Amino acid sequence: MPIPSSAARTDFDAYLEALGRKDLLRFITCGSVDDGKSTLIGRLLYESKMIYEDQLAALALDSKRVGTRGGELDFALLVDGLAAEREQGITIDVAYRFFSTERRKFIVADTPGHEQYTRNMVTGASTAELAVILVDARKGILTQTRRHSYVAALLGIRRAVLAVNKMDLVGYDPAVFAAIERDYRAFAARIGLGEVVAIPLSAVDGDNLVDRAASMPWYRGPTLLRHLEDVEIGGDDRAAPFRMPVQWVNRPHQDFRGFAGQIASGTVRAGDAVRVLPSGRDSRVARIVTGDGDRDEAIAGESVTLTLAHEVDVSRGDVLVACGAPLEVANQFEATVVWMHEEPLLQGRQYLLKIGARTVSATVAPVKYKVNVNTLDEVPAERLELNDIGVCELGFDQPVPFAPYAENRTLGAFILIDRLTSNTVGAGLLHFALRRSQNIHWQALDVDRRVRAAQKRQRGCVLWLTGLSGAGKSTIANLVDKRLVALGRHTYLLDGDNVRHGLNKDLGFTAQDRVENIRRVAEVARLMADAGLITLVSFISPFRSERRMARDLMPPGDFFEVYVDAPLAVAESRDPKGLYRKARRGELANFTGIDSPYEQPEAPEIVIDTTALSPAEAAERIVAHLEQAGVLAASPADRTP
Amino acid sequence: MTAKTSRAPLTHLERLEAESIHILREVVAECDHPVMLYSIGKDSSVMLHLAVKAFHPAAPPFPLLHVDTTWKFRAMYEFRDQAAKRAGMDLLVHVNRDGLAQGIGPVTHGSQVHTDVMKTQALKQALDRFGFDAAFGGARRDEEKSRAKERIFSFRSSAHRWDPKRQRPELWSLYNARKLKGESIRVFPLSNWTELDVWQYIHQQRIPVVPLYFAAQRPVVERDGLLLMVDDERLPLREGEHPASRRVRFRTLGCYPLTGAIESNAATVPEIIEEMLIARTSERQGRLIDLDPQASMEQKKQDGYF
Repeated sequence: MPIPSSAARTDFDAYLEALGRKDLLRFITCGSVDDGKSTLIGRLLYESKMIYEDQLAALALDSKRVGTRGGELDFALLVDGLAAEREQGITIDVAYRFFSTERRKFIVADTPGHEQYTRNMVTGASTAELAVILVDARKGILTQTRRHSYVAALLGIRRAVLAVNKMDLVGYDPAVFAAIERDYRAFAARIGLGEVVAIPLSAVDGDNLVDRAASMPWYRGPTLLRHLEDVEIGGDDRAAPFRMPVQWVNRPHQDFRGFAGQIASGTVRAGDAVRVLPSGRDSRVARIVTGDGDRDEAIAGESVTLTLAHEVDVSRGDVLVACGAPLEVANQFEATVVWMHEEPLLQGRQYLLKIGARTVSATVAPVKYKVNVNTLDEVPAERLELNDIGVCELGFDQPVPFAPYAENRTLGAFILIDRLTSNTVGAGLLHFALRRSQNIHWQALDVDRRVRAAQKRQRGCVLWLTGLSGAGKSTIANLVDKRLVALGRHTYLLDGDNVRHGLNKDLGFTAQDRVENIRRVAEVARLMADAGLITLVSFISPFRSERRMARDLMPPGDFFEVYVDAPLAVAESRDPKGLYRKARRGELANFTGIDSPYEQPEAPEIVIDTTALSPAEAAERIVAHLEQAGVLAASPADRTP
Repeated sequence: MTAKTSRAPLTHLERLEAESIHILREVVAECDHPVMLYSIGKDSSVMLHLAVKAFHPAAPPFPLLHVDTTWKFRAMYEFRDQAAKRAGMDLLVHVNRDGLAQGIGPVTHGSQVHTDVMKTQALKQALDRFGFDAAFGGARRDEEKSRAKERIFSFRSSAHRWDPKRQRPELWSLYNARKLKGESIRVFPLSNWTELDVWQYIHQQRIPVVPLYFAAQRPVVERDGLLLMVDDERLPLREGEHPASRRVRFRTLGCYPLTGAIESNAATVPEIIEEMLIARTSERQGRLIDLDPQASMEQKKQDGYF
C-alpha cells in the first residue's frame, strides 16, 4: 500500500491509525556459520526498506573493503555488529534486529550457530514465538540443525520455518528441497516442534524472501516475509486463568496500596476474586489502575496496578491468581537447567534463583542426567559444564507458586545467579513439583534457640576455622575448646578428619564432594548452635561460596569466620600428616593448595597469622574476640528474675 | 474467572509499553539508588512518560539527571525544566567543572574531545558523585550496530566500562540487577523500540517534545556538510558564513554545533512520521560523533559513554 500524503489529511490519519494497530512477532534465526543467516536478515531489512541511504553508502564501502561477495553488496555486513566479529567473520553474541511491514513489527534475535554458544541461542529463543531454522541446500539437515531445533522446542517455541537456503547452488532442484523437508519433518515431530513450514530460498538474490522467485516456479507456498506476516501468533494466553506476579508495591500515601505487575496469563476484571500465593489469602480486585486511568478489565501481557478490597499482606514476589484456579506451591522440583558459565554447576552448591519477581536460594541435588544435544541421548552426569543442558532436582529454601514451563513461560522460567560474583550462571525451566516437597512442614517449636542458650548462660554460635592443611586449625581449635570448657562454657568441636570418618565417610575430595562435605557440616553446626552450643568447626573449607552458605544459615552476628593463615610454603614445611609429600608425589589427587584451589576469605571476623602467633596466643585472641562479641556474657533473658 | 474478553490482542505499541513499564519497575524494586538520565530528546520524553505511567499514582521514585555539556540548544533547557516539573520529579544537573574551566567545547576542541570530556567523563563523575547504582538511558537497539547486542540491563564495572564479551545472559523478562559494591548497571527500557515506534507513540499519547523537532524558519549556516543552526553567540561564524533563514527541523538533538538540521516542512507529528516513512537518511547521521572511524560507538561505550 503506498503511503498516502498528509496533504490528504483524513487518508493519512487513517493510515497512521492502521499502523498503530500492527501487532508484534518475535522470532529467532538459527543456522550454521555458513548458512547465510546474516545475509538473510540483512536482506529482510533491506527489502522491507529499513536500510537508509547513508547506511547503504556505508554498506557499499564496507562491502568493497571487507565483504565476501567480491565487492557486491554484502548484506551480512549490515548485521555483523561488533568489531571483534568482523575480524573473525562470525557472529558471537545475540543481536536484536527490527523491521516492520504495514501489518506487523518484527523483532529478530540473531544468534550464532557456533557450537560453544548454546547459551546465546537459549537466550534468543527465550523471548521468541517462532524459529527460522536455516539449512544449506547442499548439506541438508546437520547436527547443528537438530541441536538448534531441539533448543527451540525446549524453550517452548512451537512454530518453525525451515528455510532451505542456497537453492541456487543446487540448481533450484525441487527434489533436493523435498528430501530435506521430509527429513526435517520426521525429526521435528520427534521433538514436539508442532508447526513447520518449509520454504526454498536463495538469500543472496532475495529469491522467495519478499517476492516469489521466477527461479523456483514449482514452489507454491508463501514467501518468507509473507509467511512471517500471516502466521498466527500468541497462544491463547488471555483465555488461561489469571496470574500476575507482584513486582512492586505502590504506596504513595496511607490511602493507596497497589500491587504492580505484568499479567502473565488470563484476564482480570474489577470485582474478580483473587488469591495471594503462597500465603493463600483471598480478596477481590477493587480497582485496575493504569497511567491512563482506571480500567474495567486487563489482559495477559499488560503492566497494571491492582488494588484489593481487603487489607491482605502482599509483597514483591507473591503471585495474584484467580481464586477458582490457583497455582501449585512447592519447594522441590524437577527442572531442566542450561548452564551458561565457565565454572561448572556443582551439586549441592547454593545459588540464587530468580523466578517471576521472587529470588530464592536454591540447591541442585542431584543432576539426573544431561542431554547430548546432538543425539538427544540422556547421559549420566554429576555436574553441568558451560553449554550443557541437564535435568536436575532443585530444592528451594521457601515454597514458591509456579506453573510448569510448558504451560506458562513467566511462571516456570528461572535464572540462576552466583552468590559471590552476582553473574547469571544458568537458566532453567520448571517441569513439576516433587511430591515429597508437599509433605514436609516446618515444626513450630516452643523451646527456641534463645531459651536453650539462656539455659547455658551463653549465646550459641559457630566459630568457623578455615585454612590450608597444616595451617594449625585443629591445634588452635582444640586449645580454644579447652579454654572455653575451663571457663564453664558449653561447646562442641567438629573436626574435618573426624567427621569424614563418620557422617561424611561416603564423600571423596572432588570439588563436588567438598561442597557436599561442607554443606552437611554447616547444617550440623547450625543445629548445635541452635541447641545453644558454641560450635567450633575446623575444616579446610577451601571455597568462598560454601563458607558463605554456612554463614547464611546463621543469624547475623552468630557466625565467626576465623582465617588461620599460613603461607603454602610454611604449611607444607610443617606437613604434620605427610600429606603434602604424598600430594607432590602425585599420590593424592585434589589436594588443596597443590592441585585444588584455596580461596582466601575476603572479610573474616578474625585473622590468625600463624607465622607471628603461637597456637596458645591464637587461642587467647579468639576467646577474647568472643568475649567482646558478647557470646560469653550471660544473655539478658537470664537476668530477668 | 476465565471468561472470554472482548479485547483485541495487544498491538506492538501496547506490548512495548508493557515491557518498558516492567523494566522500570524491576529496577526500582531491586536497586538501591536508581536515576533516570534525561537528555531532553524525544527518546527521553518517551522514557519519562513511561516512568510516570509505571508508578502512577505515585511519582516516579527516582530523580532525573541531566549531564549538561552547556552546549544544548536554548529551547532544550527551557523544555527540560518544564518536563521535570510536569512529572513531579527532582532534576539534577551535572556539568564537568574541570572541562568547563579548561574551556573544552565542540567548536574549539572538536567533537571527539568535547564528547569525551563533557559527556563521557561528566557522566561518570555524576554517577560517582551521587552514588547511583542504576541509571536508565533512552538508547534503542535500532540506533547503531553495537547497541543491537547490548543487554537491557547492561552491567558496568566500577570504572564504568562495558565489556561486550562479558555480558550477562539475559533471558525471558528475568533481569539480573545484582551487582557488587561499586559496580552499576545501565538500563535501557526502550531497547526494543524503533525510531518509528517512538514517533507513533508520541503521536498516540500526545507526548510533548522539544519544538526543534518541528519544521520552522531558522537561521542556519552550512558547514562541513551539516546545516548548523545559529542558536546564539556560542557559535562563532567563520569568514564568509552568513546565516540564512531556512525551513529546517532536527531529527536528533545533541550539542548544537554538532547536530545538523534537515530541510523539512514537517511541522506536526504525523508529518514527521510521513517524512520518516519515505526518509532515506538514518537518524544518527545528523550527529557528527558517529562519523568517527569504524564501530566508534562500540569504543565509546567501552570507555563509559552511555
